[in-house]
Amino acid sequence: MNNYLYYPGCSLKGTGIQYEKSLLACLKALDINVEELPDWNCCGATSYMSVNEKSAFGMAARNISIAEREGKDVLAPCSACYMVLNKAVHYANEYPDLKCSLKKAMNAVNMDFDGNKQEIIHPLHMMVYQYGLENIEAKVTNPLKGMKIFPYYGCLIARPQARYDDATYPVSMDMLMGTLGADVVDHTLKTRCCGGTITGTISEVGLRMVYILLKEAKKKGAEAIATICPLCQFNLEAYQKKVEKVYNEKFDIPVLYFTQLLGLALGLDEKCLGFGHQIISPRKLLTKNQPL
Amino acid sequence: MIPAFEEPRIGVYVCDCGTNIASKLHVPEVVDYASTLPNVTIAKEYKYMCADPGQLMIKKDIREHNLNRVVVASCSPHLHESTFRKATLDGGQNPYLFHMANIREHVSWVTSDIDDATNKAKAIVSGAVYRVAYHESLEPQKVDVRPEVLVVGGGIAGITAALTIGNSGKKVYLVEKESTLGGHMAKFDKTFPTLDCASCILTPKMTSVKNHPNIEIITFAEVSEVSGFVGNFHIKVKKRPRYVIEDECIGCYACVEQCVYKVPKFLSEFDEGIGLRKPVYIPFPQAVPNYAVIDPETCIEFKSNKCKKTCVTACNEVAGRDAIDFNQKEEIIELDAGAIIVSTGFKAFNPDVMPQYGHTRYENVYTSLEVERLVNSAGPTGGEVILKDGSKPESVGIIHCVGSRDKNHNKWCSKVCCMYSLKLAHLIKERTGAEVYNFYIDMRTPGKGYEEFYEKLLEEGTHFIRGKVAEVTDWAITPQEEGKLVIRAEDTLIGTVRRIPVDMVVLAVGLEPGKDAGDIRRIFNMSCSEEGWFLERHPKLAPVSTFTDGVFIAGACQGPKDIPESVAQAQAASAEAMCLIDKGFIELEPNVAVIDETRCSGCHVCLGLCPYTAITYNKEKEVAVINEALCKGCGTCVGACPSKAINQRLFRDEQIFAELEGLLLV
Repeated sequence: MNNYLYYPGCSLKGTGIQYEKSLLACLKALDINVEELPDWNCCGATSYMSVNEKSAFGMAARNISIAEREGKDVLAPCSACYMVLNKAVHYANEYPDLKCSLKKAMNAVNMDFDGNKQEIIHPLHMMVYQYGLENIEAKVTNPLKGMKIFPYYGCLIARPQARYDDATYPVSMDMLMGTLGADVVDHTLKTRCCGGTITGTISEVGLRMVYILLKEAKKKGAEAIATICPLCQFNLEAYQKKVEKVYNEKFDIPVLYFTQLLGLALGLDEKCLGFGHQIISPRKLLTKNQPL
Repeated sequence: MIPAFEEPRIGVYVCDCGTNIASKLHVPEVVDYASTLPNVTIAKEYKYMCADPGQLMIKKDIREHNLNRVVVASCSPHLHESTFRKATLDGGQNPYLFHMANIREHVSWVTSDIDDATNKAKAIVSGAVYRVAYHESLEPQKVDVRPEVLVVGGGIAGITAALTIGNSGKKVYLVEKESTLGGHMAKFDKTFPTLDCASCILTPKMTSVKNHPNIEIITFAEVSEVSGFVGNFHIKVKKRPRYVIEDECIGCYACVEQCVYKVPKFLSEFDEGIGLRKPVYIPFPQAVPNYAVIDPETCIEFKSNKCKKTCVTACNEVAGRDAIDFNQKEEIIELDAGAIIVSTGFKAFNPDVMPQYGHTRYENVYTSLEVERLVNSAGPTGGEVILKDGSKPESVGIIHCVGSRDKNHNKWCSKVCCMYSLKLAHLIKERTGAEVYNFYIDMRTPGKGYEEFYEKLLEEGTHFIRGKVAEVTDWAITPQEEGKLVIRAEDTLIGTVRRIPVDMVVLAVGLEPGKDAGDIRRIFNMSCSEEGWFLERHPKLAPVSTFTDGVFIAGACQGPKDIPESVAQAQAASAEAMCLIDKGFIELEPNVAVIDETRCSGCHVCLGLCPYTAITYNKEKEVAVINEALCKGCGTCVGACPSKAINQRLFRDEQIFAELEGLLLV
């Protein structure tokens, strides 16, 4: 326990750099040991999966093989990585032929693949269901008092594998934010589409998705949206100005990673939580955060 | 291979079963083969062995050919073993000198290749011929049947069963878990499709039960143990304390009115949590028996011992009684009965596991049972359909199939929801004039007058949208949706996703097996289906019998059922129970296990294994003893006995080995 392999995937090294910074800082503060999955590669996500499914599974399997060799569970903070790695495991167990091919491919490079040895878990679920809310609560020094937080999960953390959370109405982040002292906004758009990659291809459709979420957050009086997925965060934050223009409505809602909010509550230095990378300034919110 | 006792002369009869067997295997070949087997005197083929001419043939051949063993190769022994045993008996031989070879369910219905099937049938017939040579004459044991019947569960099914049997002059014990009879039906306002008032038709029955000289009602009680066997059940009933002495209480409400809580404060179980009650209460005015109950969880006296106990004063002074007893303890009541009818009902699906429908999150999302209390004139609002803020809803959505026909929850159709949704739609429209939307997957209204009721609702202008609802949300897009509950559903008839804003949502929750169905099943030694419904002996031909002789089932504990069906089943179960009792005795199958006392070492191994607790230990003789009346012939002890001291009649070692030898010869 408290010993994980961190699988960043591409996003946490790029657009989601503040996610990586804040996650690692939080894990350290919680005394959870992590090291980066050695020699990791692309998870096999969307673009690869739709072109060549088997090769995509192969890429996922390699990451899993490394974890199996190291004998530790994998923390996958990006929802797409989390889904693809779990999907590979699920398919391998469901279809023995595929498992056989993956095993052969791994054997060819002196590795092995089992698929059932290590769990691939999202840090949110790890913190809530393995580390325990009571243990987190004990470490809160600067509760998020008076902050109206709109938890937004996106589609992939509970679908298709609803292992820890309900597929339409997940509650783990609500519980975590509640533990941190935040004023949690209840709403029904928790797993509604953020626009995904459509924001880049058919923008009027994608922007409408973003608009729906921002509008509901604003209506419910949210001061910040808490996310757990780099793509959700990117869509909601980076397209916010554009949505404001298209729909002629002002939002100005900061979109933060749940780990940044957790870090605040744990009393970590703002600098190590990556707030400098935000497009929409969370300054107003941050001034609310005070030690007990 | 010649048994020692007598020269067997076996008659083998292979049935065509019309084309069921004859079209799938070469029957003449099987007959020819059978005639070559040792001890077979004659072998014949016949179109329908179970028909009178077939049975007559057996009887005639026994006499003419001096047969002393009979084998019929046909269907499952479940169906016709008793027919052919009777034919053997009528022919002048002991019925247990007959053996049945199943070449229909085990061969013709499951084997596609005709030659394979023929060979398999030969093997099974051969096994039967070898085995039957070792059969011996057996006599069934006669046991007296007690004349009382125990009915478990006092809903409409249990009430009906108790009255039917009580009216026939038999003693009935009616055990009910809650403090009053009535079950779910007592909570309803109207019943479909006639819209007659539920309590108007139920309460007279409840009163009849109360006043019936042959029925003893035991409420607030659960059966905790059943021992004995068909005709002679011994039952232990655990009666919970209601802290009110039943013989003293006259149901005058004085204690309720004078309780230190001036106004009701706690959620009423009978009102499904939408109404309130005091710590001392009577669930509803027509409760039977009409005794008060004290809830120790909410009563101050139980919490602090410092209550002014105004209820006691009221009981003494207003009613002139002394009915309240805070020291009442749980008691065990022991009963004897010849037959048992289990009618423990169902549980409504809890929609809280489907957060997308917002029950408990949105205050105006109700379950159908909650709405039953809302529309009931005796309910918390006096029958007015109002929202939590007291206003009348202008639009109401009824979501069908909540928890039913859903792979994620219960896959079965709960059968009654379409009809009760129509009823609620009608009542809500009648009381409020609201627009009512029904969201359905399929409308299922088979039943007398049911389709006509659906037609009536269509004419009344109730809206029907075909599609499974995705979610109930407060997420508004248009100004009209602001402040409303928006139901999102795919309308599969027009092929589009619709958003219907409403003031109130009714979740038509399905039916599931009761919370304690597992315990009840174990206590009465019944089987259950995969879903947990109690299993009938045969889905068509023995719908109220169970695999435990003398235990019958009625009502929704066997599967989702409406009132007419539950009543019909209760009457059927009553007839079965009376059938058993009126005969006065039963003949028990003699194929039970017997202990050879000279071989038994008294090791106790069999005692713990017997699922029917039929084995006891005789300390004096230091041997195990089997109660033949309790033994079901399962063979567990036979296999387990390390000294080979236990044998089972009709399954003795030499019989089984002979059957194996015959099977393997082919």
